[in-house]
Amino acid sequence: MAKKPRRESPTVNASSMADIAFLLLIFFLVTTTIDTDKGIQVKLPPWSDEKPDPLKLKTRNVFSVLVNFNNELLVRGEPMEKADLRDKTKEFIMNPQGLEDLSESPQNAIISLKNDRGTEYETYLTVYNELKAAYNEIWDEEAQKQYGKSYSDLDFEAKKAIRADIPFVISEAEPTDNENK
Amino acid sequence: MSKFSKKRGASTPEISTASLPDIIFMLLFFFMVVTVMKESTLKVQVSVPNATELEKLERKSLVHHIYIGKPTAQYQAQYGTAPRMQLNDQFAIIEDIPLFLEQEKLKVREEERDFLTTSLRVDREATMGIVSDVKTKLRKSNQLKINYSARLRQGDL
Repeated sequence: MAKKPRRESPTVNASSMADIAFLLLIFFLVTTTIDTDKGIQVKLPPWSDEKPDPLKLKTRNVFSVLVNFNNELLVRGEPMEKADLRDKTKEFIMNPQGLEDLSESPQNAIISLKNDRGTEYETYLTVYNELKAAYNEIWDEEAQKQYGKSYSDLDFEAKKAIRADIPFVISEAEPTDNENK
Repeated sequence: MSKFSKKRGASTPEISTASLPDIIFMLLFFFMVVTVMKESTLKVQVSVPNATELEKLERKSLVHHIYIGKPTAQYQAQYGTAPRMQLNDQFAIIEDIPLFLEQEKLKVREEERDFLTTSLRVDREATMGIVSDVKTKLRKSNQLKINYSARLRQGDL
């Protein structure tokens, strides 16, 4: 009588599974990037061929920030460090002490930013970041005062109301070209 | 005499490598989730600056990229070391921007064209000359939603 063949299910050799997995992994490592998909969101002003009339604005309502090709800041005629920009901007906009040379009200406050063609982009972005941060902090403080919540927790209408009270108005002028003169 | 005799011929048990593919698959899934397919090979060196007021780019399908930086080593012989702009896969000049924007508009539906965002990936050492030329051209082409790419800055200035 023939012996019953030993029932043994053939085991699949799984050693090549690791190789397949390595290949796929290397493929993904090579073809993809851990992208930075975050950034500062900006809405540019529409283009108009006529130059804006600078004379209509009162000097006290304009916070001028000039950046030269050596990446130095000149704010309202005085040199300033980037680290001080945020607090000085907040002081200008809100004018808590009602000083004569700061803005009449947050509604009238305008920031004017002028760069040089030789300014480094990193400096430009840091300056823009500090100005935006000043407004974000002010909006946060307003939201806390009015609603007891942080600005990002508010609903769309409440955010719109705060932004209408304290509008983010920044005017960027054509850059100067002092390095090549 | 001893009841405890060492088994003859027993070698140290082999380490089972059956779980190795599982570890690799976990790594693989991690990378698949965390990364995105490169849209185009960068021909310019871009190291974005740091900032704190960052917002995520929503709806990646409505985002196109403009890269500005120094050409990479292999292109420096041909294009020099001054910052240049790259649109999709090719080096480009400022005048190419309106056509590029038109092509991007055609890729999306009518209703979504107003939500197109331009992501500016500019190297931190690039100068503002070329960046403001690009911004002016974008404004003239009525492309007003832009996003300056940046990494999160830890710590204070």
